[in-house]
Amino acid sequence: MIKLVDVEKTYFSKAGDISALKKTNIEVKEGEIFGIIGLSGAGKSTLIRCINMLEVPTGGKVFVDGQELTAMNEAQLRKARQNIGMIFQHFNLLASRTVFDNIAFPLEIQGMTKDKIAERVGELLDLVQLTDRADYYPSQLSGGQKQRVGIARALASNPKVLLSDEATSALDPQTTKSILQLLRDINKRLNLTIVMITHQMEVVKEICDRVAVIENGVIIEEGTMYKVFTEPQMETTQEFVKTVNDIKIPPIIDTHAMKQQYFPGARLLVNLTFLDSGESNEEKTGADQPLVSALIKKFGVDVNIISGKVDYLKDTPYGTLLVEIMGDERGIADSVRYAKDAGVKVEVIGYVG
Amino acid sequence: MSANMIELLVKSLGETCYMVLIAIVLATLIGLPLGVILTVTRKDHIMPNSVVHNVLGAVVNATRSTPFIILMVAIIPFTRMIVGSSIGTTAAIVPLTITAAPFIARVIESSLLEVDRGVIEAAQSMGASPLQIISKVMLPESLHSIVLGITLALIALIGASAMAGALGGGGLGDLAIRYGYQRFQMDVMIATVVVLIVMVQGVQTIGNALSRKLNKNKLS
Repeated sequence: MIKLVDVEKTYFSKAGDISALKKTNIEVKEGEIFGIIGLSGAGKSTLIRCINMLEVPTGGKVFVDGQELTAMNEAQLRKARQNIGMIFQHFNLLASRTVFDNIAFPLEIQGMTKDKIAERVGELLDLVQLTDRADYYPSQLSGGQKQRVGIARALASNPKVLLSDEATSALDPQTTKSILQLLRDINKRLNLTIVMITHQMEVVKEICDRVAVIENGVIIEEGTMYKVFTEPQMETTQEFVKTVNDIKIPPIIDTHAMKQQYFPGARLLVNLTFLDSGESNEEKTGADQPLVSALIKKFGVDVNIISGKVDYLKDTPYGTLLVEIMGDERGIADSVRYAKDAGVKVEVIGYVG
Repeated sequence: MSANMIELLVKSLGETCYMVLIAIVLATLIGLPLGVILTVTRKDHIMPNSVVHNVLGAVVNATRSTPFIILMVAIIPFTRMIVGSSIGTTAAIVPLTITAAPFIARVIESSLLEVDRGVIEAAQSMGASPLQIISKVMLPESLHSIVLGITLALIALIGASAMAGALGGGGLGDLAIRYGYQRFQMDVMIATVVVLIVMVQGVQTIGNALSRKLNKNKLS
C-alpha cells in the first residue's frame, strides 16, 4: 500500500546541510498497522511527512496505493492526498468551526454537496461517538474528544491510508488507550492501513503489527512488533522495550549486595519471559511446559517466585516471571541452561545473599 | 455654544463619518489582499515567493513612512483623476484610503501569521489548494484578530481625517482648527474633542465586542 524507495530528506542551509532522513526504504502492506518509533529529532516526523509529501523528499520515490506521489504535479498531489488521512499530536482542528464543520471541512474542499456532507458527517460522528457534541467548538472539548474529531475528519473522505503523527502523545494514559482502541477498531472494520509515529513503546505494543526503529535519520531495526519487542537487537530498541517491560525488583531484595559470581548460599535472581510466538517452532514455545516444577525435580533446586504477570503484545499474550533459584552452583547453572533450552527467554540479574 | 455652532458640529461629524467609513471600507478591500499576499509569499509559508514579498513589502513600507499631510498633497493629481476634484470631503477619501491600506495590510499580515501552522498543515494534508487554505482556514481562523486590527486602523483614520481640512475636506478636526484654534472659540474646541473621544471609545468598544464574539478559541 505504501512504498518508500531510497527516500532522503536533506535541509539545505547556509550553516550547513542537515540530513534529516538518509536513504530509507519502507514497505507497508494493506490493512497493516505500521509503527515508526524513535526519540525526538530521530527523523520520524520527516519520514511520515514524506509519505503524503508535506515534506518533499530530496531524493527517492514515494508510492501510495500504486501511485507515485513523487512524480505528480501540485493538482494531482492534492487529489492523491484526499486518499491519505492524517491525524496530529496537537489535533490541529479549526478553532472557528464546530465539530460538525471540522469534520465537514475535507468534504467541502472536495466540493461535495451540503446534503451529502451532512449525511457523511453524521456517520462519522457516530463512528467516533461524538454525535451529541456536533455543535461544540474545539475549545469546549477534552483532548480525547478533540482527537476523535481529528480521526473523524481524517476518515471523512474514505482514505485508504491513515497517517498518525504522535496522535496520542498529548493525551493521558487512559485516553491514549481509548484512542488506540478506536484506531484498532477502524483498522479492522475498514481495512485501513495505518502508519503511526510515536516515541511511546506502549503505543506500539498496543496496536502495531510491524515496527521500525529510527535513529539519526536511519532505520536501525525493523520487523514484526512481536519480534522487535521480544528480541530487540539494537541498544536504542532495547531502551524502548525497557520502558514498558522493565523488571521491577522488590525492595526486600538487597540489590546493592548483588554479585555476578556464585557464592555459597547465594540465590540467583532470574527474569523468565514465556513467549507464545506462533512463528517459532512448536517444541520451543516455553509457555506450555511446567518449567518451575521441572527445575525443582530435575536439578534439586528451590524456586521462589517473586513476581509475575501476563501482558499482551497486541493480541499475543506473553508472561514474565521474576524468580530466585536457590541451590548449589551446578544446580543453578543447569537450571538456567534448561530454561533456555525450553525456549524461555532468561535474563540473569545476579546473585543475592 | 450657539445653535448654529451645534449644527456645524453635527455637519462636521457627518463629514468625518463619511470620509472615514468609506475610506476604511476601501482600504480594507485593498489591504486585505495585500496582507494575504504578504503572508503567503513569506518563505516557509504556502506560496513562498521572495521577489513578490520583498517588492510588496517595500511599497507598503514606503507608503507607511510618508506623513499623511505630505501624502495628501503629493497625490493630488491622482486624487483629481479618481474623483474629478482635489478638494472637498469626497476628495479626502482618496488619500485616507491610500494611507490606511498598507497599515491594514500589515495588521492583517500579523493576524494571519498567528494562525497555527499545524492547522494549515492539516488542511494541506487533506488536499486543500492554497486558495482554499486562505479562504477556509487562514481568514476565518484569524477573523477575530483582523477585526481588532481594522478597529485600530479605523481609529488611526479618525485621527488622520483631522488633516483633511487642508484639502477642504471638512470634518471634526477641521472644525476644531478653524473655529477652536484660529478663532479662539474654546467651547468649540472642547466640544469637538469630546465628540472625537466618544467616537473613538465607541469604535473600540464595538470592535472589542465583535472580536470577542468571533473568537471561538476560548472556554465558555
